[in-house]
Amino acid sequence: MTDTAIRPARIALVGNPNSGKTALFNALTGARQKVANYAGVTVERKEGQLVTPGGRTIRVLDLPGTYSLRARSPDEVVTRDAVLGRLSGETAPDVLVCVADATNLRLVLRLVLELKQVGRPFVLALNMFDIAQRQGLRIDLEQLSREIGAPIVTTVATRKRGLDELLTQVDTLTLTHSNVGDNTWREPSAAEIRAAHGEAQRIYRDCVRPPERPDTLTGKIDAVLLHPVAGLLILAALMFTVFQSVFAWATVPADAIDAGFAALAGLVSEHLPEGLLASFIADGLIAGVGSVLVFLPQILVLFFFILILEDSGYMTRAAFLLDKLMGVAGLHGRAFIPLLSSFACAIPGIMSTRVIDNKRDRLTTILIAPLMTCSARLPVYTLIIGAFVPRETVAGVFNLQGLVMFGLFATGIVFALLVSAIIRRIFWRGAAEPLMMELPTYRWPEPRNVALNLWTRAKIFMNRAGRIILPLMVLVWVLSTFPYPPEGATGPAIDYSIAGRVGKLIAPVMEPIGFNWQMTVALIPGMAAREVAVAVLGTVYAVGGDADSHDALSTLLSQQWSLATALAFLAWYVFAPQCMPTLGVVKRETNSWIWPTVMFFYMVGLAYLAAFVVYHTAVALGAG
Amino acid sequence: MSDAVFTADDALASDAPTRALSTAARGETGVIVAVRGETGAAEAVAPDELERRLLEMGFVEGARIEILQEGLFGRDPIAVRVDDTRVALRRREARAVTVQFDG
Repeated sequence: MTDTAIRPARIALVGNPNSGKTALFNALTGARQKVANYAGVTVERKEGQLVTPGGRTIRVLDLPGTYSLRARSPDEVVTRDAVLGRLSGETAPDVLVCVADATNLRLVLRLVLELKQVGRPFVLALNMFDIAQRQGLRIDLEQLSREIGAPIVTTVATRKRGLDELLTQVDTLTLTHSNVGDNTWREPSAAEIRAAHGEAQRIYRDCVRPPERPDTLTGKIDAVLLHPVAGLLILAALMFTVFQSVFAWATVPADAIDAGFAALAGLVSEHLPEGLLASFIADGLIAGVGSVLVFLPQILVLFFFILILEDSGYMTRAAFLLDKLMGVAGLHGRAFIPLLSSFACAIPGIMSTRVIDNKRDRLTTILIAPLMTCSARLPVYTLIIGAFVPRETVAGVFNLQGLVMFGLFATGIVFALLVSAIIRRIFWRGAAEPLMMELPTYRWPEPRNVALNLWTRAKIFMNRAGRIILPLMVLVWVLSTFPYPPEGATGPAIDYSIAGRVGKLIAPVMEPIGFNWQMTVALIPGMAAREVAVAVLGTVYAVGGDADSHDALSTLLSQQWSLATALAFLAWYVFAPQCMPTLGVVKRETNSWIWPTVMFFYMVGLAYLAAFVVYHTAVALGAG
Repeated sequence: MSDAVFTADDALASDAPTRALSTAARGETGVIVAVRGETGAAEAVAPDELERRLLEMGFVEGARIEILQEGLFGRDPIAVRVDDTRVALRRREARAVTVQFDG
């Protein structure tokens, strides 16, 4: 074996969206994937590794799906620059693998013609070839290969078929450097796109015989799922199911994680001498990691549904159905996925705004994402509702506590849409970004593929969220720990810390909205994560923060706070940016401090206003 | 302004009436006779860019189209079959596509 034979090679996967590109990437690389960002942009860079039968190590880059090398979004800029070998910090791929859905070749052939101009060695992988065969679609592979000037392999990524042939072709192309020419690609004009499309159509007619048994199922399903009325009702039912599952399935593992970390913290406090180190490890580090991990089950369940909806082809239908409704609020149809994710946690929601091409559409979605009621608000809502709202039945069927909870969710949604409408009508006026998306053929999601993508998503979340949340948790621990209470102090230690002092300092500002100083103090560590406020309230009211004392705290609060104060606190929590990790993620995703600052101030403003109105209305109605 | 998409060369294509795709109702079929970037309305993207995006999604002169579905509100957006591909777009952008409808 010569040196060149085992020289590592790099390949890049290019193709239309929905061509099974990611499935092929998963089939090739398995779980050996690394996800990061491309230098300087928030576009996901997915790379995996494999070793060919010939012993060559191949690094595989999965590029964002595109219809053209003409870049319109940050994702497509990455695809274009990677293909052209212009991407800073990246070496040009040795071989381009163009992945095409064998049953849907018309549009991709034009992309193939563009790739041909690039002059790099490439191979066309006709994926989902089994479906093409089942439909009786005939493709003259030899002629097609001659026409496009590149070898062709047929693959079934989900069954791992054709991978060896693909790798053999990659090996051959790396060695021979065949079909390497000068790069003659430049951005095509409309006339050139027409001409290329005509050429692609000619190739298609010459090489492909239309299917004998074309897919009719997708049309039949769409007759129902895209139906103006039935489609929306089914979408609502689906979302309701997803929602229920997120809360129902995740409760047990989330509670287990919570209990596990509490036990771990307890163990540390027990075995380490009491003092700074024990407090740092137990209250700072372990509580910090726990506060991230506790949301993982919910996020996994949510991602599971999102992946299934995406892989099956339904997600584009949801965007179609909701486009007009969301358009009223100035949102793009694609904002649906990020906003749905935000009900579990705004952090993955904000991360997933990357699917939105237009910068203003994306920023608007980011700014309103935290108004969706995330699961971290639930412990706070549960505590206050449990303490102040009677367990009554209204109108025979509705549980009053449930109604209040629903009202808090609805308030968040309504105000998110209002804020978006204000942003798009007043600050960023102008026409909406066009909606133009392919509605792919429906397919059964492949379990292996879903599992791998879920694993990747989870890794990304842990990695990014962990890096932001942990340091912030430590910061909040420092603020609530130092300085120590003086000798002979009687109140809880937090009263003497920076957080406690700041809380007392700003207490007069919070008085008009009905907050006492204990509440204000709790808000500061509550900045780390919303649910932390519950534990801190426990501490400042000196009942302890563990599960047994939850009922005690609830009883205590119902004696100490007026109903008006409690309602104002709830109103505050609907809007307040009580979550520094979210602000941290916004900073990261927008590459600027401006947007987290804007978010912080508009949310504090709304929260103060809402709490003020609620408090004074309640007082006027005699609930003071 | 919205009738800017009906111009003289549409009439040359055939004697059959041509209309903008944006006026189509569910179930209508036809052949695309012209694709332009101008919609006659303010657009977030330049006409030339819109034209190229439409072309890249398969909205090309000669392509057969069928309106598959319409949205509930204002019958917008529309799901269109373009040759073998199904594409969703808003009526606003569909103004840039002129179709010779069957029947």
